[in-house]
Amino acid sequence: MSTTATPHSIVADGLTKRFGDFVAVDAVSFRVNKGEIFGFLGANGAGKTTAIRMLCGLSIPTSGKGTVAGFDVYTQTERIKRNIGYMSQKFSLYEDLSVTENIEFFAGIYGLSRDRIRTKREELIAKLGLVQEADKLVGALPLGWKQKLAFSVAVFHQPQIVFLDEPTGGVDPVTRRQFWDLIYEAADAGITVFVTTHYLDEAEYCDRVSIMVDGRIAALDTPTELKKQFGTGTMDSVFYELARGAKRGGA
Amino acid sequence: MSVLPVLLRKEFRQIFRNKSILTISLAAPIMQFIVLPLAANYEFKNIDLAVVDNDRSDLSRQMIDRITGSGYFRLVDHSASYAQAYALIESDEADLILQIPSGFERDLVREGREKVFVAVNAINGLKAGVGGAYLTAIIAGFNRSVVLDLMPTAAPAGIAVTSSGLFNPRWNYQIALIPGILAILVTMIGGMLSALNIVKEKETGTIEQINVTPIRKRDFILAKLIPFWLLANVVFTIGLVVAYLIYGIVPQGSLLLLYGFIGVYLLAVLGFGLLVSTYCTTQQQAVFVIFFFLMIFILMGGLFTPLDSMPDWARTATRFNPLTHMIEVMRLVILKASTFRDILPNLLAVAAMAVVLNVWAVLNYRKTS
Repeated sequence: MSTTATPHSIVADGLTKRFGDFVAVDAVSFRVNKGEIFGFLGANGAGKTTAIRMLCGLSIPTSGKGTVAGFDVYTQTERIKRNIGYMSQKFSLYEDLSVTENIEFFAGIYGLSRDRIRTKREELIAKLGLVQEADKLVGALPLGWKQKLAFSVAVFHQPQIVFLDEPTGGVDPVTRRQFWDLIYEAADAGITVFVTTHYLDEAEYCDRVSIMVDGRIAALDTPTELKKQFGTGTMDSVFYELARGAKRGGA
Repeated sequence: MSVLPVLLRKEFRQIFRNKSILTISLAAPIMQFIVLPLAANYEFKNIDLAVVDNDRSDLSRQMIDRITGSGYFRLVDHSASYAQAYALIESDEADLILQIPSGFERDLVREGREKVFVAVNAINGLKAGVGGAYLTAIIAGFNRSVVLDLMPTAAPAGIAVTSSGLFNPRWNYQIALIPGILAILVTMIGGMLSALNIVKEKETGTIEQINVTPIRKRDFILAKLIPFWLLANVVFTIGLVVAYLIYGIVPQGSLLLLYGFIGVYLLAVLGFGLLVSTYCTTQQQAVFVIFFFLMIFILMGGLFTPLDSMPDWARTATRFNPLTHMIEVMRLVILKASTFRDILPNLLAVAAMAVVLNVWAVLNYRKTS
């Protein structure tokens, strides 16, 4: 792939999205390195989801520049889609298909061969401990299992980058821990992870963290540096310092 | 490698897993065929008649007997006055009033002519019209026989009209209705299911997941069209079989022609469903929009309201109603054994609609906003 030439998985340069008079994302600029776990934090309504949608090729930016996996966010959205995985806020597997059928479907979409799907599928089901549930409908699984499965499906085709939009919402702490084990595993395999979350303990697991306030990036650094900058011991207070000045949403 | 087989397998799995949709689609033709033609009958019986007989003669009694003996009328009252009969119309106990003047027998015998007065409650226009016509016909028949009795030598001059029901010899309303009902059924199932399917993916959020994959719009839409196209064909076939089993209707024309037309027609209907789904975000919206259009399609389709009696603008409008063409073709091919040449105008119209609706739907479905 031609993308090996650039050291960055994601480049955003003044990326902006307007809806009428409302500037949802206001000239954000950042770079995400290959294999990095990049935390994308912000209060509700700060513009995180809109930013992610632009990077995934679901929404065309109003202005600014951006590339994802080396492809342009204006003109090469379909090529971007070939190289990313995505797991949205809303649970997005088919509830009326079984575990096996969901894996087969999403893997098939990316053109993986049948044999390859079969072997990898067995491995995955065993790893997630879903052997008993393989033929059950996904709708019947507990939320935590669904989320782990959705993540595994999102990285099943080994994309360069995976976008996770609040993947652990509503999940218990133990499952959240297991979920992050899966994220680390994916990052170790060379997949860049771009993750939004409201859990600030999860921010500590990221290599670098950006915090969005009112459509702008208010801070961007490693968790350690950010805490030093704001003279506090927790990401919680860093976030609070930044987000309490927000004019929109209700953090 | 095309991903179409992958998409199709998923669609079929979901359809076969949804037992309620499957059951309704398959049970609907059977239910509709049993219930609708029997209930929707334009042949009126039991028309309630009030008679004001001011003559009370043999002849007036004979005429009343003739009317009640026809089987279409039910004599609800021998009213003493017109006002009393009118009260019955007001209270909806009578549909028609027949007033026989005093001196009816005398004038008829002496002068050979007399007038009777018929008043009709025209609120139910169809029933009133048909009832009035029946009554007139019976009285005319009675009149002829009286004239013959009184003046056997003077055979009535005049034109006797006899009619013959072409393609439906027994004037059977059921036979006229069945092809139309089948057309409506296929339209409802095709349009509704295809519209609801995509909107459901929007509601559950899975469409978002599809939109971040490299699936091409064309493949996605085809995978939505093909299963419902097949399902609607199955429903149509069941309908034909049921029509044969219950009513003994056998398509007089070519089956190949029939299925060929349906194939194109379904593309138009499914395209319409897809188009609606691209504009709606919830299943509720989609149901209302589809329902709105189906009502117009059905009312303007020529099954329940004859096209020939519509004003010009309405008749022009029906040319843009796919269901009108479908009902016409069904009647032509099933009852009249029409050939390809006969239905070509319909086929071209429906094909044009299929192209426009599907292209519009594909253009309007956006993976990226």
